[in-house]
Amino acid sequence: MDPATLLFSTSHEWLHLDGDQATIGITDFAVEHLTDLVFVDLPEPGRALAAGEIFGEVESVKAVSDLYAPVTGEVTEINTALPDDLDALSEDPFGRGWMIRMTVSDATAAESLLNEIAYRTHCNAAGH
Amino acid sequence: MAYLFNTPDEIAAMLDAIGADSIDELFSQIPDRLQLDGPLDLPGGLSEPALEAHLRQLAAANSGTAARICLMGGGVYDHFIPAAVDEIASRGEFYTAYTPYQAEASQGSLQAFFEFQTLICQLTGMDISNASLYEAGTAVSEAVFMAMRVTRRHGRVVVLGSLHPEYQQVLETYLDNLECQLEIVATPNGFADVSIVSEALDDTTCCLVIQHPNFFGGLEDVAPLCQAAHDAGSLAVVCFDPLSLGLLKSPADCGADIAVAEGQALGIPAQYGGPFLGLLTCRKEFVRQMPGRLIGQTTDREGRDCYVLNLQAREQHIRREKATSNICTNQGLLALRATVYLALLGREGLNEVSQLCCRKAHYAAQRLAELPGIELMFDRPFFKEFTIRCRDGAKSVIDRAAAAGFDLGPTLARFPRLTASLGDAAAQETLLVAVTEQRTREEIDGLVDALATEPAKLSSQP
Amino acid sequence: MRNSLATELLFALSRPGRRAARFPDCDVPLQPLDELVPSQHLATADREKRPTLPELTEADVIRHFHNLSTLNMSVDTHFYPLGSCTMKYNPKRHERLAGLPGLVDLHPYQRINDQQGMLALLYDLQKMLAEISGLPAVSLQPAAGAQGEFAALLVASAWFRSRGESRSRVLFPSSAHGTNPASAAIAGFECLQLKEGTDGLVDLAELEQHLDENTAVFMITNPNTLGLFEQQIEEITEKVHAVGGLVYIDGANMNAIMGITRPGDFGGDMMHFNVHKTFTGPHGAGGPGAGPIAVREELSEFLPGPIVTSNLDDDGNPHFQLEDPPRSIGRVRSHFGNVGILVRGYCYLRTLGPDGVRDVARHAVLNANYLKSLICDLLPVPHGQHCMHEFVASAARLKEERDISAMDIAKRLLDFGFHAPTVYFPLVVPEAMMIEPTETESKRTMDAFAETIRTIAAEDPGFLHEAPHQTPVSRPDDVQAARHPVLSWTPEDGS
Ligand SMILES: Cc1ncc(COP(=O)(O)O)c(C=O)c1O
Repeated sequence: MDPATLLFSTSHEWLHLDGDQATIGITDFAVEHLTDLVFVDLPEPGRALAAGEIFGEVESVKAVSDLYAPVTGEVTEINTALPDDLDALSEDPFGRGWMIRMTVSDATAAESLLNEIAYRTHCNAAGH
Repeated sequence: MAYLFNTPDEIAAMLDAIGADSIDELFSQIPDRLQLDGPLDLPGGLSEPALEAHLRQLAAANSGTAARICLMGGGVYDHFIPAAVDEIASRGEFYTAYTPYQAEASQGSLQAFFEFQTLICQLTGMDISNASLYEAGTAVSEAVFMAMRVTRRHGRVVVLGSLHPEYQQVLETYLDNLECQLEIVATPNGFADVSIVSEALDDTTCCLVIQHPNFFGGLEDVAPLCQAAHDAGSLAVVCFDPLSLGLLKSPADCGADIAVAEGQALGIPAQYGGPFLGLLTCRKEFVRQMPGRLIGQTTDREGRDCYVLNLQAREQHIRREKATSNICTNQGLLALRATVYLALLGREGLNEVSQLCCRKAHYAAQRLAELPGIELMFDRPFFKEFTIRCRDGAKSVIDRAAAAGFDLGPTLARFPRLTASLGDAAAQETLLVAVTEQRTREEIDGLVDALATEPAKLSSQP
Repeated sequence: MRNSLATELLFALSRPGRRAARFPDCDVPLQPLDELVPSQHLATADREKRPTLPELTEADVIRHFHNLSTLNMSVDTHFYPLGSCTMKYNPKRHERLAGLPGLVDLHPYQRINDQQGMLALLYDLQKMLAEISGLPAVSLQPAAGAQGEFAALLVASAWFRSRGESRSRVLFPSSAHGTNPASAAIAGFECLQLKEGTDGLVDLAELEQHLDENTAVFMITNPNTLGLFEQQIEEITEKVHAVGGLVYIDGANMNAIMGITRPGDFGGDMMHFNVHKTFTGPHGAGGPGAGPIAVREELSEFLPGPIVTSNLDDDGNPHFQLEDPPRSIGRVRSHFGNVGILVRGYCYLRTLGPDGVRDVARHAVLNANYLKSLICDLLPVPHGQHCMHEFVASAARLKEERDISAMDIAKRLLDFGFHAPTVYFPLVVPEAMMIEPTETESKRTMDAFAETIRTIAAEDPGFLHEAPHQTPVSRPDDVQAARHPVLSWTPEDGS
């Protein structure tokens, strides 16, 4: 997926919106900062998520990060290949590294998400 | 000045290097008014010989297992400890090392703990073991917390009344501020009735906690109880006796999802109740919900097999308030003792020790029950420990046994929870007797003879 | 000189038919086992399903573990300046004394009259800890520092409840040890982490901003994890008390201040001791510890029990008992506590006496400042002029100028026979190296350590990235370990 077509949260999730269908993952910046990932925990399909709710986590040897839902809706599909192919997150975070798909019931929260340029600026300003 | 190194010359040179005039100056960050203006009110320092004399005096005012023949139970047992266990545990390289955070400087500890985890898995049949918790009461509590995370049920936990009353108390404390309700299923017959337990389980129950052999020594119907838990979608937590497993079915065979234990029997002395060894094992799929340290095998830069602290992201130093437990310092040296003990025991040794305990306990139970005024409290199969009811009162029997050189007990009256469930009168008359492989027929016969003598003829013991 | 045969896994050393432990023949009637225990409880007769412990001789076992022990660094063998851990010398007399019959073999359910010596010891230890802390009521129950924190937080919540208050939040600075938030969470509190000031101390404005009627406890380590005394501790405690909260002192660093100042005197309401740090209980490769807590009088009735109490018998001699405080939060563990470690702590305090206790703190602080003075030009210490018992140096400059990280230095130190300091903690210092020499090290050792740091700083960075070079293993692959956890040996992936 082309990052220029995505929306970004300051907690480093990306969101692709196509009508009420959303695809969600984490950014190259997040993956790089967590360093070698060792584990990813994703929700069960069918789970209802509110925007801002924790839907899973990624773990490296020395850190853990929660994953936050950028919009409200229901999980329809998860990337079942991901737990056994963690390299996908570093090699192709916006493609093979996708995490969950949702049917969105309320996209209001997406309005406060950043576009790619604003997100990159945010990452640089954060100083790391 | 015990254990200090610096000579007056060195102190002067060091202060000089620091650029301070005195040691006092180094404490200038502490506001003056907060600094004590005199010495603490502590007893004066003792030389090593004086300290030893003092400690010997204190020790002599206690009665340990060396003083009388021990048939005491209640979770702490007088099993034999081979000399090799003490020998290894007193190696400074082990007992004066820190937690093995720096893998290259700690392969000795790390490999020993990896072996510990393996031995505990072999013993229990469970998939994984952690590297120790404090003791059994906290191991039960940690297992319950783990069950809440695994099942995502926080409503209630069901515990058999035959679980050690102190473990029940610990769990109650741990649940103090949480929403989870503690439901205790009474066991007036000394064991749980599966159908009553089934009714207590519901779809908010995270787990059922079973002790087997239970606090009264009796065997529970573990497999059907585990099945009942599973039928309710709950986990089955089994608290077992490690030295029963040369004879009894393993927790894994009974269907346990999490198995915990007091590891004191594995080469650890009674020490007035601690330090002991909490064991916690579980199914593979729960690994990331486990509390405590885990040692993993990996390879190093040159491809050599080696061991590291693994999956640390679960722990408090990384996950902080979201950690699976707050435990940091664990019971490493006791895990080492258990490792050496189990390595010495081996498969045959384990079978032997289990069988000896079981046979001798049954002999003792049968002989004691022949005495007028003493009967087995419960009609229930047992392993190495059983509960007796004494018409003369438990305390009088314990005192008479002690006068003859035997320790029995504890009496159930010691535990407020049991007096509540059994009734005060019954609790006052009941006590536990545990028989380990160490007891001989001669000792057991001696105890029976002593108790057979008319109480009035014995001088009373305070 | 390594005996790599003996350090193969126990399971590889095992040979069917070998025996170490043997027991006397059974001297009671040999009834069939299934007459004693109904068969549904018995492990199946099929041997394969029985536990498969390894089969070894005693000599196998001894040689194995002796050789394994040589793969460790320890206080008995090496300088071990691991910050926050107080790796001081563990006196040998403690091992002998804790092993005396009457202490080591005392059953916890022994009759009260048969444990008077033990109770006397524990009673005196309670008193000594009360005196050192300046907090009058002590419970010896907790098994380690973390459990002390947890127990004290439950005491706090019981106290609030008794006053009809329900406060839900625990605050702590971001440099707090991980057990502080973890303990608060399992005690049912929500956690709020505060940013430090640039001086490495609690930022009073930041604290004040977050204090309110919902604040239950402020947890503070003093001296803090940067090795600095929180100078404004009185203002801090006043502010917390002003909103009705309690102050918890994490006493892990008492080695710097015992006999000099007291948590109770500077406004702490509750604290824990780490007997395995301050009072030299050996660390045992990870434990056991003991984490007694001390609290103010008004909190005492909530302490976990049992507590040792004393009264006079008819002859005027003290008689000791076990009692639960009237509104106790209950037990936090079975039995009395980690008594074996408490006995060692008692022996230590009886050896030191009041002057010795104070001297320990003075020399711990002297040593830390001396070592700091030797290396601070190379590894700057960003916070504080003088430190207490430890200091946090930064390898950030070396990292930038020469690509040598704190980890590189830590690993390379092992080659020179020094244990590494604590690295990358606390997080507020980049490339942190937290160094605590303790009072039981000599000037000569510290001189040699500082000299070695200089040597390392001049070495080739590429060589350092691959350090250590002399240790039995080097830079284990943590990622592989965590991605595909192997947590026990199994015959398939073993030999
Ligand atoms: C500052 C601090 N607080 C708390 C703890 C926890 O103590 P324990 O490991 O005894 O549970 C430690 C020790 O690791 C520590 O350094």
